[in-house]
Amino acid sequence: MKFSENWLRELVEFPAGHAALVERLTMAGLEVESDEMTGGALDGVIVARIVACDAHPDAGRLHVCRVETGQGEVQIVCGAPNARAGLVAPLATAGAKLPNGITIKPAKLRGVESQGMLCSAKELGIDADASGLMELPADAPAGRSLAAYLGLPDACIELSLTPNRADCLGMVGLADEVAAEFGTRAKRFAAVTVTATLSAPRAISLDASADCPRYLGRSVRGIDMAAVTPVWMAQRLRAAGVNPISVVVDISNYVMLETGQPMHAFDEAKLEGGLVVRRARTGETLTLLDGKAVTLDPGFLVIADGRKPLAVAGVMGGFDSRVTASTRDVFFEAAHFAPAAIMGRARKLGLTTDAAHRFERGVDPALPRLAIERATALLVNIAGGEPGEVIEAVSPEHLPKSMPVTLRRARIQRVLGIMVDDTAVEQIFTALGMLVEPQADGWRITPPSRRFDIAREEDLIEEVARIHGYVAIPARLPAGTPPSPRGDESLLPMPALRAGLAARDYREAVCYAFVDQRLLQTWKLATDAVPLANPLSAELALMRTALLPGLVDALRRNRNRQQTRVRLFESGVVFRQAAGQGEAPIETAMLAAAACGSAAAEQWGEPRRALDFFDVKGDLEALLALSGGPGAWTFDTSDLPPWLHPGRAARILREGQPTGFVGALHPSLQAALEVPETFVFEARLAPMRCRGIPVAKPLPRFPSLRRDIAIEVDESVAWSKVAAAIRSELQTIVNELVLFDCFHGPGLSAGRKSLAIGLILQDGSRTLTDEDADRCVADVVTLLEREFGAKLRG
Amino acid sequence: MDTLAQQIEHGLAAIAAAATVDALEAQRVALLGKSGVITAELKALGKLPPEERKARGAEVNVAKQTLADAIAARKLTLEGAALAQRLASEGIDISQPGRDGSRGSIHPVTRTLERMTAIFAQLGYSVAEGPEIEDDWYNFEALNFPAHHPARAMHDTFYISSKIGGDGRLLRTHTSPVQIRTLKGATPPLRIIAPGKVYRSDSDQTHSPMFHQVEGLLVDESATFADLKGTLEAFVAAFFGRSLAMRFRPSYFPFTEPSAEVDIRWERSDGSTSWLEVLGCGMVHPNVLKNCDIDPERYTGFAFGMGVERLAMLRYGVTDLRAFFENDVRFLAQFA
Repeated sequence: MKFSENWLRELVEFPAGHAALVERLTMAGLEVESDEMTGGALDGVIVARIVACDAHPDAGRLHVCRVETGQGEVQIVCGAPNARAGLVAPLATAGAKLPNGITIKPAKLRGVESQGMLCSAKELGIDADASGLMELPADAPAGRSLAAYLGLPDACIELSLTPNRADCLGMVGLADEVAAEFGTRAKRFAAVTVTATLSAPRAISLDASADCPRYLGRSVRGIDMAAVTPVWMAQRLRAAGVNPISVVVDISNYVMLETGQPMHAFDEAKLEGGLVVRRARTGETLTLLDGKAVTLDPGFLVIADGRKPLAVAGVMGGFDSRVTASTRDVFFEAAHFAPAAIMGRARKLGLTTDAAHRFERGVDPALPRLAIERATALLVNIAGGEPGEVIEAVSPEHLPKSMPVTLRRARIQRVLGIMVDDTAVEQIFTALGMLVEPQADGWRITPPSRRFDIAREEDLIEEVARIHGYVAIPARLPAGTPPSPRGDESLLPMPALRAGLAARDYREAVCYAFVDQRLLQTWKLATDAVPLANPLSAELALMRTALLPGLVDALRRNRNRQQTRVRLFESGVVFRQAAGQGEAPIETAMLAAAACGSAAAEQWGEPRRALDFFDVKGDLEALLALSGGPGAWTFDTSDLPPWLHPGRAARILREGQPTGFVGALHPSLQAALEVPETFVFEARLAPMRCRGIPVAKPLPRFPSLRRDIAIEVDESVAWSKVAAAIRSELQTIVNELVLFDCFHGPGLSAGRKSLAIGLILQDGSRTLTDEDADRCVADVVTLLEREFGAKLRG
Repeated sequence: MDTLAQQIEHGLAAIAAAATVDALEAQRVALLGKSGVITAELKALGKLPPEERKARGAEVNVAKQTLADAIAARKLTLEGAALAQRLASEGIDISQPGRDGSRGSIHPVTRTLERMTAIFAQLGYSVAEGPEIEDDWYNFEALNFPAHHPARAMHDTFYISSKIGGDGRLLRTHTSPVQIRTLKGATPPLRIIAPGKVYRSDSDQTHSPMFHQVEGLLVDESATFADLKGTLEAFVAAFFGRSLAMRFRPSYFPFTEPSAEVDIRWERSDGSTSWLEVLGCGMVHPNVLKNCDIDPERYTGFAFGMGVERLAMLRYGVTDLRAFFENDVRFLAQFA
């Protein structure tokens, strides 16, 4: 809602200047979104009439005008395309200082004397029109100060109104609100009654009377469509952000801005017979005022005549029945449409209209008569014509009624935490135009018909708080005891996981949860992805099924910004369609990391080495160690996904349950994504956060012994198998197994590798002897020879 | 043969002249060793007549002690010098960086969320969570947004495609549905915050289609608007590390009444100040409590919702919202 401050001040007096008004509106919940001054510095700018307009002798585009100033004629050189004899326009006389900072001085333009400057609306800071001279009405008095003539300076204030305050979408309602805020009274808006001078009956039937319980219509015949919208009206329309179009449309818009009641004007000649307000028929079509053809369904309400739909009720009129330059007779409509019948309809048609904006929030059902009389009076006054009688169809039982609401004194304190005196409460409601009836424990309050938002006790309490001022409510901490905290030690806190990854040189990223379908397809991860019905773009059309595609893309973009070593991680939810039709998609919290470049940041102390699988596996294991004891987490190579290198990747298991993967990206995927060799992991978060509560064991009382062996086995023999075999052979005697060397190559036959293993042996009940240890080693060697074809190395 | 006094004199001179621990040791052997001169003197005592033996013995012992003391002192000096030399030779350039000292970083949004969670934890709030794909009932209906209500139009909603039986499912537009999920089946008193991602189909310099919110909810038998104000003032002071002027302006949210938007007085680097909106809040609407089978006559509550990116931008001086989701490591590295 945008309006002229001067207009508001005409409707209500209040003891506040511009800044105080803006502050008060905002603090009463009518947030001022913008305010700008118009016509602020117009001293020396007057209304002037061009008496003669000749071409400049030496400059093709310039005119030399003789201009009547009310105190004689002056000569002005002007380049505006619309300069012409007879035009009334603003003239900045010598000495005037324009809002854009220009000071007007007499000057010679291409050798011709000019005594001032004829101005456009933009040059004067009145509006944005810079296309030519601002055209004033022909009867504007030459010599009059332009500011006085236009009622300037003014401020244009734009409110960002919340959906509950539709009553402030008209100046009359806004004036009432402002009066309540300042404790004054708005001037009563006196609607004139325009007596009919002809009879123009027309049947109106309300076929959907719950949707439209009141419809008023009125003919005005024989109007002069050439009549010009008065400058004061055009001025207020512009201030409200509405462009003047033609006298009938301007009056409809003006009355809507003034009263809050949307109006429509039909070309009466296009109406055939009686009107009906009914639900649209399935497939019914209509071309709207904006030229767009729409297909309707019974969810829409239409105004129709005997033959055809004329308008989408409460949204927009039709093209064929619109008022045009050749219209002689108009038929005004002012109706009450129920919010439920209008809500969402404009949106469904891809429209936002001032009418729908108001009707879907609720318009005072008492307004149609006031508005139709006001519009008639203005039209007859400006464009002549003969008014017919006001035709009203009404379904009283469907009109919204102002129901009284009970407000308990104690409840005010219960909700707001302060006592507000009875007198203050009563004053607030009286000022808001509500009927106040005291009762034993409070009041019975009846809101005015314009207040659609008052239906329950809390609505009244809000009004008390709003007008009393939120600032008057003290701030204190809640008195109640907070619920006792329930720390769950078996749930690893997320900050610990994140800190663990940050400590290992990963940076946390946050990627969009929607991804490009092609990207998911490249990863072969698009199956069962959840698509959006209305994505912002095709690149953001699917919900991610894994974190890595987005994360690796972020890595790629960093590589493109000259970063060679990039290490990122992210935690977040991924989405998959559920198996059953209609079931909610499945959301799973995941943790993922991706790294490329050298193993360590470039430095002097260690030889530079490319990152490998075991670096990233080590980072992962450091995290897993936060949650699981020895043996809780294992790795195997089953069921590897196609996006991983089949020889350099592993599945991650927690107590035997698969939870994710770690490894090198598949070389083909790396090529497709245009990333270098990249190591990644992604796993379900829940198992990583599930940790046991430690149970302390007594420390061993007997010393341990260490024996090292080196064996040669086939490369295909997994260390985990060797370790498991040793453990199962030695049982509890083996306290710790260390793989302290592993190599291929010289000294070994092809396809063989050497494993150097440290056995740390300990017995809980006695000190082991060297003979015990030697026997263990011998048993292990025999076992490994038998099971894995191992050969003990010298 | 030299007199004992001469031997001491020579011995002391040789000790002083020993330049290394080894040379000193050689001197010790020459003087006090098995065949050392002083040892020889001691051995010679037996050949003396008994009446001379005692006095001579005392002299020789004094000589031995004097020399032993001198050797010990010289040894300390030599060892000290040797250590000093070794230490000098072992010096390193400590200004070279340590090995493997590079460290990653926590995303500023997460960092902000963690701080917010910690502050509210101190005020007795625990964390509650809910799904990011919600249905209409949780995201709107239960929060007192009737179908087609204009307040819904203010939430530019992403819907799940009906191709997979979307059935009005949507990406949650706020974390307020967690209020409903928590209240249903709960018995007050309760205090929760719901941090998480939310989605709106809006993207420009100041809007991201995905962002983060923290929703807060307190329900008990005595909650008032005054408590709401106090709670949010305490939060703002804790979050920014100082008290900031705040103002509560009446506003409208379908699920709270009275409702407020809250501005803080913010000073920019150039010294100018202005009111900045940082959050929305209000008293829980009775319809919301009823939708969750909680008696609004017995219980009242307040709720608030804040944008995490907004707070992070103010706290850390981030000027472009999009930076949070570009994941440029040069940006991320600023939040160690």
